[in-house]
Amino acid sequence: MTLWLMAGLLFTPLAWAVLTLLAGFRWGRAITWLGIAIQVLVSLALWAVVVRDGGFQYPLGGWQAPLGIELRVDGLAVTFVLLTALVAAASGLHAGFYLDPDKQWHRYFWPLFWFLWAGLNVVWLGNDLFNLYVGLELISLSAVGLVALGGQSEALRAALRYLMAALLGSLAYLLGVALFYGEFGSLSLSGIAFALRQDSARDGAGFALVLMLFGLALKTALFPMHRWLPPAHGIARSPVSALLSALVVKGSFYIAARLWLELGAPLGSLALAQLLGLLGGMAVFWGGWQALRQPKLKQVVAYSSVAQIGYLFLLFPLTWNTTEAAALQAQQAMTLQVTSHALAKAAMFLSAGNLIMSVGSNRVNALAGVSHFLPFSLFSFGLAGVSLMGLPPTGGFAAKWLFLQASLATGQWWWLVVLLGGGLLSAAYVFRVYRASFVEDSNIDHFFHPARRLEIIPMILALLSLGLGLMAEPVLSVMALTFANGEGT
Amino acid sequence: MTPSLFYAFAGAALCGIGLFGFIVISHLLRKLLAFNLMGSGVFLVLVGLAQHRSGPDPVPQALVLTGIVVAIAATALAVVLIRRYFHLSGKTALEDPARDTLPHQGPRKVREAPRE
Repeated sequence: MTLWLMAGLLFTPLAWAVLTLLAGFRWGRAITWLGIAIQVLVSLALWAVVVRDGGFQYPLGGWQAPLGIELRVDGLAVTFVLLTALVAAASGLHAGFYLDPDKQWHRYFWPLFWFLWAGLNVVWLGNDLFNLYVGLELISLSAVGLVALGGQSEALRAALRYLMAALLGSLAYLLGVALFYGEFGSLSLSGIAFALRQDSARDGAGFALVLMLFGLALKTALFPMHRWLPPAHGIARSPVSALLSALVVKGSFYIAARLWLELGAPLGSLALAQLLGLLGGMAVFWGGWQALRQPKLKQVVAYSSVAQIGYLFLLFPLTWNTTEAAALQAQQAMTLQVTSHALAKAAMFLSAGNLIMSVGSNRVNALAGVSHFLPFSLFSFGLAGVSLMGLPPTGGFAAKWLFLQASLATGQWWWLVVLLGGGLLSAAYVFRVYRASFVEDSNIDHFFHPARRLEIIPMILALLSLGLGLMAEPVLSVMALTFANGEGT
Repeated sequence: MTPSLFYAFAGAALCGIGLFGFIVISHLLRKLLAFNLMGSGVFLVLVGLAQHRSGPDPVPQALVLTGIVVAIAATALAVVLIRRYFHLSGKTALEDPARDTLPHQGPRKVREAPRE
């Protein structure tokens, strides 16, 4: 049973990537929708298996590490696998209606989409540092290709900038892997953690950890290394932006979090933990402030991603040398923040795409009067915004509430400033879009109406991110259940 | 100093040179070459450092083979993007301060691409 599930998760996307490469846009779309159905079913089944039996290690094809690929299937991993299935399915369906089939180069969306999905699944499940690198590269290269899909020189410039940042980040990460392998002769994350528990006097390993965290932070667009993100996410087509912002940046963050949770205690330091938290806090303020000032709608949403990613980095100070209860709270907060941000941001980008399509301009000021015309899309945008602001009962609220409790429990009250200020700034930039859309301007009354199905998909995502706050308990219990299982194996 | 350790040091030096080039050079193709230099440095560290500690070891060599494939894929993608970018905008660098400061100078079209 698990054999088929793992094969489904890793093999299907690769096979589908090749299949869709051979087909044109319309056939690619049909094949992709079939594949999406399979992937969603397989992800749900794997989630159910882990909920029933707990996490497990899985050597791919029966080959043991270090030459084989070792997978670690635990609660956190399946949560993210399922999240990926949801968001990618929504973006894939949306893209099928949104992209213009008559533009020949749009057919490359499908293979890139599937390569991206394969890379994401590798990253969520990998336990082997080198194969995580391969997964990361797969994600970056397909994401860069997706950004370049627009084909204009601006899109290519954004894609190249993104590619350069991603390549530098991966090399820093790979150098860290080389140092770890030289030091411990092992590539398995849990193996290195085990070796460190035996003998903690290692000099080079701390440097390797810093290198890897630097590379991953660069790929996650942590302030001040975020400059590549807004152009890339802003210029890509809307379904692509949704994928990039909801999933791609989380891939590298997820590896950084895993590294920190396994190796942070022996190798990290107070200064490193606080520095990462501080950069995250500055990202919240800088991203929010910039989002408030952007003239283009999608740039507002892209800068909002910079801000929301900042919250995730609070994980580092809140889990370093703190009580187990507080550390667990911070981990839960991180999971909820990743999940709710992924759902909300995907909803936001997709509905922003509808709004832009409707008014035919990407400027915030051009939205005047759209509240009469496209209330449904505007409402999804707003619901997603409510989650980003962190108002109850959304997933964003639950995440911030847990971060708040963890900060208080560890006596690090200064992170409260970040949590409160970030919420206010998010409210400000969401309301700015709303204000623009309620302006009555009789000059413009010719709107293009996107198909109803384009409006339903972001609404579903926005409702999910809203409902996540109410169903946070089951999500968190799956994660916590298997965190304990993953220890020491 | 064993030969393996020497390789590791050479790799670290290559990494440094590559990183310097990657940051300082603005021409995209040369930036890409600097990236490849850095990659080679990382591969040398990967093989050299591991064998210095524990004798001949096939695992890092297998990893480097995989790494080379990944690096080629990345380089190929970058070359395609750079070429297309050059065709569309006539620029060989991402930031071109001398040109960006001039107002009203749009991208220059060198030649129309055959496929769009």
